[in-house]
Amino acid sequence: MSAIEPPRNRLWWKQPLDRTEGLWILIAFVWCMVMFFMMPYWHIYGKQNLANEAYRTTPEAFQKKTDEMVAKHKVREETDLKIPVVHPPAGSDVYLIARLWQWWPMLELEAGKTYRLHLMSMDWLHGFSLQPENINIQVHPGYEHILTVTPTAPGKYSIVCNEYCGINHHTMVSRLYVVK
Amino acid sequence: MAVNRNFRTCPSTGLVYHEPAEKLMKWNAVAGVVFLLLGGVLALLVTLTRWPAVHLLPADWFYLVLTAHGIDMLIFWIIFFEIAVLYFAASTLLKCRLATPRIAWAAFWMMIVGAVMNNVAVFKGDSSVMFTSYVPMGAHWAFYLGLIIFAVGALLACFVFLGTLAVGKAEKTYNGSIPLVTFGATTACIIAIFTIASGAIILIPTFLWSVGLVDHIDSLMYKTVWWAFGHSSQQINVSAHVSVWYAIAAIVFGAKPLSERVSRGAFLLYIFFLQLASAHHLLTDPGLTSNWKIFNTSYAMYLAVLASMVHGLTVPGAIEVAQREKGYTRGLFEWLRKAPWGNPIFSGMFISLIGFGFLGGISGVMMGTEQLNLLIHNTIYVPGHFHATVVIGTTLAFMSLTYFLIPTLFRRELMFPKMAAWQPYLFGLGMSVFALFMMGAGTLGVPRRHWDITFAGNALAHEFPGAAFLMMGLTGIAGVAAVVGGGMYIAIAVGSIFFGKRLDVPAARRVAVRDGMAPPPEPAPAIPTGHGTPAAWGLIAPGTFALAMVFLVSFVLYYFVNWKYLSTVWPLS
Repeated sequence: MSAIEPPRNRLWWKQPLDRTEGLWILIAFVWCMVMFFMMPYWHIYGKQNLANEAYRTTPEAFQKKTDEMVAKHKVREETDLKIPVVHPPAGSDVYLIARLWQWWPMLELEAGKTYRLHLMSMDWLHGFSLQPENINIQVHPGYEHILTVTPTAPGKYSIVCNEYCGINHHTMVSRLYVVK
Repeated sequence: MAVNRNFRTCPSTGLVYHEPAEKLMKWNAVAGVVFLLLGGVLALLVTLTRWPAVHLLPADWFYLVLTAHGIDMLIFWIIFFEIAVLYFAASTLLKCRLATPRIAWAAFWMMIVGAVMNNVAVFKGDSSVMFTSYVPMGAHWAFYLGLIIFAVGALLACFVFLGTLAVGKAEKTYNGSIPLVTFGATTACIIAIFTIASGAIILIPTFLWSVGLVDHIDSLMYKTVWWAFGHSSQQINVSAHVSVWYAIAAIVFGAKPLSERVSRGAFLLYIFFLQLASAHHLLTDPGLTSNWKIFNTSYAMYLAVLASMVHGLTVPGAIEVAQREKGYTRGLFEWLRKAPWGNPIFSGMFISLIGFGFLGGISGVMMGTEQLNLLIHNTIYVPGHFHATVVIGTTLAFMSLTYFLIPTLFRRELMFPKMAAWQPYLFGLGMSVFALFMMGAGTLGVPRRHWDITFAGNALAHEFPGAAFLMMGLTGIAGVAAVVGGGMYIAIAVGSIFFGKRLDVPAARRVAVRDGMAPPPEPAPAIPTGHGTPAAWGLIAPGTFALAMVFLVSFVLYYFVNWKYLSTVWPLS
């Protein structure tokens, strides 16, 4: 009878659907299909998709490539920690290290140009959160994640760690410059 | 060993309680409420720290308290209460004895030991790894072992539930199919078994890693398997609290499901498709292909979303039909206006349903969309979403059920009835505002699990917009209101259970197997065709249908607003 008693009619599965339910199921199902098609659609026509490109690597190998980039393209140093700021040429491979509790080095990119951004953690999980643009990506140790990114507007952006990574998690913040 | 066949019939509701089952329900529910109290105190501390103007705790304490809050609420409070609901749905609703009470007690004590062990590890201060405990960040081994022991206990309790279904069937205590609520609870139980298995697969190696027997755990593998446990464990809650919604609709209104077929079918969709939705925690991780992400989050997940959309219609629809039969037939919404809004059993359940659908459901689908996830992954939008689903959805539904259980299960009069009438509003609405402003702040980039969004003393400090601070402040105020609402619940529940006026307790009476059998089934009636008289537009529940359309329009608008927002973000591929 009610929902806390066994159904009085033993052939309950043969009861025809009421129109209220039937209509709603139809509408809801159509909406679910719209949502389903939005994701492949955006892969074809949209511009914001995560790459499928990632490689397993080691912290040493990633550090080496980052050091090479820094040696080649360093333009200045910032803060007391003398964090290098690099200005790599448009279209090049750009490396960004996440580690307890720092992003290294600082990047200076050109607006409207495209870069291959390599992200990796040296130790624990970190979160790459680009503010105020609000792009948020998970950064794993051992996985080199490669994204093709095109900064649109010049300005001073921040990279905030948004994956909890231990006691000084909230101090893990850095800059990203986009110049004309 | 003699089988205990002592039963008592509740004089006010006619429900039948098996003596050992009754005791187990009480103890599990009380244990749950104790963890809710602990988690609630911690919730206040977390809220007061993230409220920027207050910023109460130092960093180390904040991360410790946040870890304990998450685990005590999401695991210990909810699962203890769910075990009580499972025993109720099996033993009481099927009017049968609980299978193997001794194993059920072993399960209970294992869960207690595990929960205490985990809490001790966290409060000692070396296990502030959050609910997710992502490796390679490590906790004390007792942290993992506590969770494992708790999980094994919960698994045993699930088997006791299934055993009880078998007992009911074998001893013929009911005719035909099990009630819808029991069916929903069975769904929850099946999802729980899958969940606990995944938890074991990931937590056991992690435990061995913490004591030095395994030397490496891959962070991506951990995260993938962990979420098969982590998200599914929240989907036990969905099945459980939807069952509670149906139960309350039946208890308060005598509502019967619009059609058993649709409601049961929707529960089945949960079993088939909910688990895959765990993948939406991995949408911004490297090493997983877009095809994998799209299949897991969309193809399958939207059928689970469909199931929730169906329940969201059928529960209020059943109430509408029941109310219309009582004569509240004027207009689209007289049935709703004349509903017992002063009865916390109903008001809590209804706020739970609306909050879960509008806030939790819509935001959940938006976050679970592969590309949209980029906008809010790991921001405070995420806790905004799950406070809407788990707290407004599950916790509030369980609170409403408690108001029913206090007189019938505990046989005590409800204390502070005035306060009880207000409690769901303060808690439910406080929590809704809290979740809403968290989502707002998350859209502005405020990270979750973050002690200081001013980055005080940092040379590279980021300045969040003023609106973000305003919203975090409003989150703090609403959070305090919700904590007060939670405190009222604890005061009413604990007060009533220990000091409430005793209602007459009918003595448990021994029932022989033969006497406990359901009467022989009547000959099957003809296949039913009707559902009641259509009230408007040829629909039996036009008011509910109108509400569902409001929901759909909000959903569609919000979904596409987010795509629009995404299209303005830096191109990325």
